[in-house]
Amino acid sequence: MIRVVLPVHLRTLAQVGGEVQLQPQHPTLGSTLDALEAAYPVLRGTIRDHVTLRRRPFVRFFACEQDLSLEPAETRLPELVVKGAEPFLIIGALAGG
Amino acid sequence: MSRVRLLVGTRKGAFVITSDGKRQNWEINGPHFAGWEMYHLKGSPVDPNRIYASQTSGWFGQIIQRSDDGGKTWNPPGGGPTTTPEGMPQGESNKFVYEGEVGTHKWYDGTQHPWEFKRVWHLEPSLTEPDTVYAGVEDAALFQSTDGGKTWKEFPALRHAKGHLWQPGAGGMGLHTILLDPTNPKRIYIAISAAGAFRTDDGGETWRPVNSGLKSQYQLPDPDAEVGHCVHRIALHPSRPGVLFMQKHWDVMRSDNAGDSWHEVSGNLPSDFGFPIDVHAHEPETVFVVPIKSDGEHFPPEGKLRVYRSRTGGNDWEPLTKGLPQKDCYVNVLRDSMSVDRLEPCGVYFGTTGGQVYGSADGGETWNAIVRDLPAVLSVEAQTLP
Repeated sequence: MIRVVLPVHLRTLAQVGGEVQLQPQHPTLGSTLDALEAAYPVLRGTIRDHVTLRRRPFVRFFACEQDLSLEPAETRLPELVVKGAEPFLIIGALAGG
Repeated sequence: MSRVRLLVGTRKGAFVITSDGKRQNWEINGPHFAGWEMYHLKGSPVDPNRIYASQTSGWFGQIIQRSDDGGKTWNPPGGGPTTTPEGMPQGESNKFVYEGEVGTHKWYDGTQHPWEFKRVWHLEPSLTEPDTVYAGVEDAALFQSTDGGKTWKEFPALRHAKGHLWQPGAGGMGLHTILLDPTNPKRIYIAISAAGAFRTDDGGETWRPVNSGLKSQYQLPDPDAEVGHCVHRIALHPSRPGVLFMQKHWDVMRSDNAGDSWHEVSGNLPSDFGFPIDVHAHEPETVFVVPIKSDGEHFPPEGKLRVYRSRTGGNDWEPLTKGLPQKDCYVNVLRDSMSVDRLEPCGVYFGTTGGQVYGSADGGETWNAIVRDLPAVLSVEAQTLP
């Protein structure tokens, strides 16, 4: 079970509060996003492109104090995330000043 | 007694504002989709409680929302927590994919640049089918949904109308105006910033530029070019759909032959730069604009917010000022932020980048601020309800 924390606007859109819990087919970045979009289809296109599946430019992926945003889809998530001890964070990139 | 509902899109959410037919007391409901840019909301003419909305964000992209109860509740069509009858989630109501070879358009540096979908600028529900709605998008293209916004399909022939020569303006290359001819379902007019006006007479199979007579001597090396004009808005009266009024970047224009040719009707306006233009509900020759000082200074001339009305189809314009700020006003009024209702007398409404929504219940003679402190207003649509 993987715990995913969404940014507040996507929580509202998906009508969820706090964390969502997923059972992806594989404990990878891409498979986790696949599971998220299958469970909450309204999120399709909001985190990564519908067709290319590329991450949207101002969305970031953090886990265990690591930035996984630039990692390929097949990247295995950190063990603490895979075990459910730490969440996988989807972040709206900092903007403003 | 008839009622009026205003659908107001702002930089930070949507507001649904209602009044009875007197249009004196308004109830403000919102923000819906708080924190999101709401480019446009519009209701179906055949089912006014069916409202489509464009919700967009620099972070999370495009969402299409739909209400079937007049704006009380909203859902992304086919993309909510429920599944389709087949049991498979779709989540495709925000999927806008260009048809076929994506192609390229002109970029700021003169090179060719691939089309990239960014957002929906304008939603135009069909005049006859509540499940059919058109979407004007950036980078400029026209899409249609025939299933209530669940899925979208492009009219690719539009981008073949010299699309390689289209070039974005400072605000992006958005398709912002969609006019459906009530007497001819095959005829649609659209306008793009900064490519110009286009028309189809065969339901979108083919398109052609309709910019003859437009002159853009400060924007284009060839002021009479077939495409490339920065059209800001076009309006028509449903009783006379071949007569079009246009607010161009500079110049207010008129066509009496469905866009085949245009002539200038700026007349005595203090500035012929501006964004919105609209036509009185009951007087096809009465037109409203809001002059803005210049392309470099997007605020009213002399700090006076004035709607100008022509009752002669252009050229002779009178300022309408009663109830509007006549000093120290430096707001803008964006292209989709003016609308009229169908009551008698005709109501006129517009929103500003300062967050005010002004309304007139007497055809523009007097104005009141319906609300003063919303986020910057991107769009206003008036619905006349039974």
